[in-house]
Amino acid sequence: MTHKLSADNLTLIRGERCLFQGLSFALESGGLLLLEGRNGCGKTSLMRAIAGMLSLETGQVFWDETPVEKQRQEFHGALVWLAHRTGLKGDLTLVENLGFERSLRAQSSVDTESVYERLGISRLKKLILRSLSAGQQRRVALARMLLADVPLWFMDEPFTNLDREGRALVIELVEEHLAKGGMCVMAAHQDVELKAPVRRVKIQ
Amino acid sequence: MTTQERQIPGMFTGLFAMTRRDLLLAWKRPGDVLNPLFFFAMVCTLFPLAVGPSAEQLEFSGPGVLWVAALLSTLLSLNSLFLSDFEDGSLDQLLVSPQPLPVLVLGKTLAHWLTSGVPLVIVSPLLAITYRMPPSVIGVMMLTLLLGTISLSLLGSIGAALTVGLHRGTALLSLLILPLAMPIMILGANAVSLAASNDVYTTGIWALGAYAIASLSLAPYATAAALRISNE
Repeated sequence: MTHKLSADNLTLIRGERCLFQGLSFALESGGLLLLEGRNGCGKTSLMRAIAGMLSLETGQVFWDETPVEKQRQEFHGALVWLAHRTGLKGDLTLVENLGFERSLRAQSSVDTESVYERLGISRLKKLILRSLSAGQQRRVALARMLLADVPLWFMDEPFTNLDREGRALVIELVEEHLAKGGMCVMAAHQDVELKAPVRRVKIQ
Repeated sequence: MTTQERQIPGMFTGLFAMTRRDLLLAWKRPGDVLNPLFFFAMVCTLFPLAVGPSAEQLEFSGPGVLWVAALLSTLLSLNSLFLSDFEDGSLDQLLVSPQPLPVLVLGKTLAHWLTSGVPLVIVSPLLAITYRMPPSVIGVMMLTLLLGTISLSLLGSIGAALTVGLHRGTALLSLLILPLAMPIMILGANAVSLAASNDVYTTGIWALGAYAIASLSLAPYATAAALRISNE
């Protein structure tokens, strides 16, 4: 099943500053949308706007050719979100955190243990999140992504806090996801080398 | 990608998972639950010491003091309702989840009521004894508190959602909520006073019940809308 995420003529004004104007793009299954630009240029804001968390000045975002505000639930059911703040509870254990996630979103049928194994977090299952390092917490957030059965990944600076091995793993995971017909919107200030087709959006 | 339809968990799964998660968090951080409860107990026990031990005076002021203390202690606990979710990014996760936001909000509010309203109701008989309240009146007071705290949690969640993005929003939260919460306190304290003087008190109970039902049906939508605005 193929999907399409597109946007037409997006303009976003925050305070008195116009972050971007007349921005359009289209992304199909198997593709990566890379948002580029320096710090503070509005990459995160653009991502939040696409996901429906920020209201746009003009323009519309379409999911499978239907405006997202007309099908918020379907659209949100098709995406998973990874950002600076992981959205995991420091007082809960890894299993408790991901267990809560299970009741929010459709879950894929992959074996949970193998996902933990691959991300190198299977030893940490019983620990509370607060006691993990920033990089380990980020790996738990990645596990949430892998366990969700959704086509669209939103990744805001996914390489933050990760070691070299972790960064390579993220690229590998994204490539696999795209190869399976998934799609990904990624904001990154460093260059990302991928085999899959990359569509770049530069924000001034 | 799998060809079959994705299975999004049902609404009630989301509701109860939300409640369960917040109860679990409250269990791991008991201080957040106990603080408002201590405040409630302290106000209620200090008052007789300051006013003096005259039985007449205590019987007269009891319902009012208990209700004011209950209202203030609920306000105290409301501040943190969405704050930690806002700070650690969980709120973003809830906003982009396929579960309807009012349902998740209702789950959170339910957990808040179970950890703030219900403990209040449970300890209130102990404190009511200080005010020489007879057992029959204590029953009425517990019922008014039980119904009143439902509305307070629900209405309070609207204020908490509106002030979540502001630093030190506590004062503003109280100002926003007090006009809506005042009738609850007046109805509650009045019903208890009427019961104490052997008068008809059921009108107040019905009114509190109506207030609770009205907030239950409207507040989750208002809170969800407020959260979307605050989190922009």
